[in-house]
Formats: sequence, structure tokens, C-alpha cells
Amino acid sequence: MGACCWDGAGRELEPQKRMAPTRAGRVRPVVTLVVAMQAAIQARELTKRFGSRPAVEDITFDVAAGEVFGFLGPNGAGKTTTVRLFSTLVRPTAGTAEVAGIPVSEETGAEIRSRIAVMTETPGLYLRLTVFDNLEYFAGLYGIPSGDARDRILTALDAVGMAGRHSDRAGALSKGLRQRVSLARALLTDPRVLFLDEPTSGLDPVATREVRELIDGLRDRGVTVFLTTHRLEEAERLCDRIAILNTTLRIVGAPADLRRRLFSSALEVRTIAPLVDPDSLFSAVSGTDGWETVGDAAYRVSVRDPAAVAPELARAIVASGVGLVHLSEAAYSLEDVYLQLVSEDVEVVR
Amino acid sequence: MNGRVRAVLRKELREFRRNTLVVSTMVVLPLFFIAIPLASVLAVNSGTAPEAINGIVGGALLAFFLVPLMLPTLIAGYAVVGEREQGTLEPVLTTPVRREELLIGKALAAVVPSTAMAYALFGLFVTVVQLFARRDVVSLVLEPSQVVAIALFTPLLATFSIWVGLAISARSSDIRVAQQLSAVAMLPMVGVLWLFAFQVIAPTVTVAVAGAILLAVLDLGAWRIVSALFDRERLLTRYGGP
Repeated sequence: MGACCWDGAGRELEPQKRMAPTRAGRVRPVVTLVVAMQAAIQARELTKRFGSRPAVEDITFDVAAGEVFGFLGPNGAGKTTTVRLFSTLVRPTAGTAEVAGIPVSEETGAEIRSRIAVMTETPGLYLRLTVFDNLEYFAGLYGIPSGDARDRILTALDAVGMAGRHSDRAGALSKGLRQRVSLARALLTDPRVLFLDEPTSGLDPVATREVRELIDGLRDRGVTVFLTTHRLEEAERLCDRIAILNTTLRIVGAPADLRRRLFSSALEVRTIAPLVDPDSLFSAVSGTDGWETVGDAAYRVSVRDPAAVAPELARAIVASGVGLVHLSEAAYSLEDVYLQLVSEDVEVVR
Repeated sequence: MNGRVRAVLRKELREFRRNTLVVSTMVVLPLFFIAIPLASVLAVNSGTAPEAINGIVGGALLAFFLVPLMLPTLIAGYAVVGEREQGTLEPVLTTPVRREELLIGKALAAVVPSTAMAYALFGLFVTVVQLFARRDVVSLVLEPSQVVAIALFTPLLATFSIWVGLAISARSSDIRVAQQLSAVAMLPMVGVLWLFAFQVIAPTVTVAVAGAILLAVLDLGAWRIVSALFDRERLLTRYGGP
């Protein structure tokens, strides 16, 4: 049994232990045993240009079977094009890809599409038809025998909390409910790989939480989820690894790993009044690498080992005669990682 | 019939049934097509010149060629542009359905009701004519070449119409524009049928059968062109795609 995940360079990563809040708000440990004999999705120098305009350029990464993989990037970064490449809706200009173990090509398109499901950003329902008719149509397109279709449809609707609404006209549903039906449609075939494009867009907080729990459930069932989202906190909470794309692939890794790779460890300090000579004070503490002012009487001190430096730093500040209000390890969010990478691109463009 | 084709056909028919614009047009337009020819043939009397009778019956029969030619264009407009406008095109294209299955399902959904409607109208026309029209008018209407032409041309014209409509719909971004362009694209065909209905081309059974064979070949060619146009990438990334 192989280990689970790889980074963008193909290096194997450790299995991860994550903490996920339950519906009741408690925290439960989730051991993600991402077991993969082979990658569920594989891209090698994948490129798509429309005319001379590159939509995605030279992207290389793997997504392991059973992994929840977040795909982030600003509008126009090429996320949708990448999903369309994997779902064989558009042909690559260069490079290769494999999905569910099948090389992406014109000839294998139908076979790949029968093993995956794609939930597009807009629900894409036939508004004059009922919820059941909508799903029955797609069950037919996937070749589900009519004898099984009814059970599959009701099971999928039940999974998204819509079992009681199967005879409602799709046009009479709110945007959030249509989104749920769209998700039910993606679950109809029990796909091996599921592409979700902004699955919680337009959903209220309760429905959002239900969808997130559903994604957790899919992970537990070994379904590979390729999640495109703008919600960084959602990606951080749900995804084993994330990739940030801005035409080219900027970074791939577990959220914690990305933070470590982009930001050095630091301590955040806030005092009652500005320090008289912060440079002398911080330099005198062993283990510090530098500092910067981040507000009025607020500082960020770069350190090698926050736990080792914090007590000495606290003593030094108190000894200087200035009241210490706050001292903690700097916490960088996925948003910081994202903004750091995307703003670099903005700078380059300028 | 393949299960996917059946699924497309069933969905299309369900959608049309719940689209009041399509249903009302499918009902009103054929009534208009039958009302005028009926009125004109029933108005024939002993004072009407034989050449005029030929013209009146020819005009009536032309109307029955127009039904299978025009009705599918109404439906074809929705076939691709309608899907694109509703945002359903991409979800459908991400399924394993093959382009041929999708096209045949959509085509059958337009051809079957249009052909059925055209045959029903012709049957009604013939019945009324036999009951109330003059003998010379009845014999002209039931001319074997004309009956064979109606029987053979109707499904073939509807098929041709739907292929042209689908080709235009695949390359349009607006339903009404697609419908209007499809109707305009039918005009050359109407011209040929006019020559037949008004006996400029001698209407014999052989000519009718030869015409049907020619139409079948045209249908086959049009099917190949539409099939090539129905490329997933082209449908999604051009002609108003996201």
C-alpha cells in the first residue's frame, strides 16, 4: 500500500491528521488515510491556449485517489479550463493528462466522462422540468438502467437533503436549492473522481455546512474530489492539499506546508506604548532574525524557534519598562499564502 | 433505440410540452397552414378556370410541404442555444453521451411531432376535401404523385430542416436569431417545392421518388456537417459560450 500524496514536484507527502468540526461544533480527529496505488488525476506540462492567449501554461501535478484537492486562483486564472481539460471538454494544446487512470484523448473521452462527474458553477438545470425529471435525464445520459435510476436519484437527493422536493419544478427552487440538486446530479453515478466548481456558491450557512460535510463523507468513501473555490477558509478546512493557479501553477501542497514554505516563523508583539529602541531590544534576544513594525506599538519578530524565543522576549519587553499586551506566534492563513502569491503576479504584471 | 438517445428524446419532448410558446406555436401555425388551403379549395366553383384550380390545389399542397419544413426550425432554435442560455449545455457535455446520440435524440424530438402533425393535417385536409370539395378538386388533391410526394417528403423535409436548424443553433447565441436564420435557410428548399407543387416540374410518381432519394442524400450530407460542427470544445468556447 503506497503513501498518499505528492507535491507539485512529485515528492511523497506524509499522511495527514486533521481536526474537523462536527455539525454540533465539536472537534473530531480525522485521520486521512489517503491510499493510492496511482494518481487519480495527473497533469504533465499541460497547456491550453486559445489562439495566442494562454489559458493554462505548463502545469504539472498529481492528485492522489481519495484526496480532496483544492484548486484556487483569481478570476481568469484558468481553473475552469483546467477542469474542462480533465473532463475532456477541451483538447490540450500541449502536455498530457490522465484521469481515473485513463490518458486524456479524443478517443478516451466518453470512457473518462463515464467515471467522473462535474458539478459546474451554475446549477444548469432544466427549469421547466421537475427535480426528478432533471436527474432522470442525466441518469439516462450516464447509461444507468431505468430500473436502478429511481433508487439512485432518491439516494442522491437524500444525500443533499432534497429527497422531499423531487417533484418540485426546478425553476421554482431557490438558487441554493438548485445548487444542491446540481450536487445530487454529480453524485448520481457514484463517480471515482468528482470535480466541484464553487459547490457552496450561493448557499446559506447551514446548506454550506451540509455540503462541506458531504465532501468530508466523499473523502471517507475514497472519492477523489477536485474542488475549485474562491473560499479560502473552505479550501483550508476541506482540502488535503491545494494548488494555486494563475495561468501557471504557482504552488502545490498541504495548507500548513505552504505556510511554512512561504513565511518564516515569527512572533507578534503588542505593547501599551511604542518601544523606545525596538532594534536594540529585539536584537539582544537570542534566536531572533529580524523585526518589523506592523502597527502602532505592534511588531512582528522573525524567529527560528517561536517556543524557545517567546519567554526571553517577554522578559526583555517587561524589563524595558513598557507594558506587554500581547505576545503570540504569528498565524498565517491560507489567505496570506494566496495573497502573497497572487500579489506577486500583480507586481510582475505592473 | 439506444438508451441515451431515448433519454434525450424523452427530455426534449417533456421540455417542449412544458414550453407554452412552443406548444402554442406548434398548434396555431399548422391550423393557419390548413385553414387557408382549405378555404381556397372549398371556394372553387363551376366558374373557376381549370388553370386556376391547378394553381389553388398546388398552393394548398405547398402548404403541406411547409409544415415539416418550418415546424422543426421552431424547436431547433432551442436545441443548442436554449441549452447554452439555461447553462445546461456544459453539464450535458460532461456526461458520456456521444455527439451522435445527442444529435439524433434532439432531431427525433423535432422530426417525430412535426411529421405526425403534417400527416394529421394532410389527413384532415383530404377528408374535408373529399366530403365538401368538387370532384375535379378531389382528383387533383389525390393525384398519386402528390400523395407519394407528401408521404415521402414530409419526414425527409423535417429531417433536413432540423439539421439546418441544429447547425445554425450550434453557432448562435440567441434563440430568436437561430429560429429566424433557420427559417431563412429553408427558402431555397421552398422554391424547389414550389416548382413541384405548381407542376413546373412534371409531378409524376417517379419524379416524387427521385426527389425523395435526393432529399435523403441531402439529409445524410447535412447530418455529417452538423455532426462535425457539434464539437464539445467549439460549443463551449465559441458562439457565446462562457
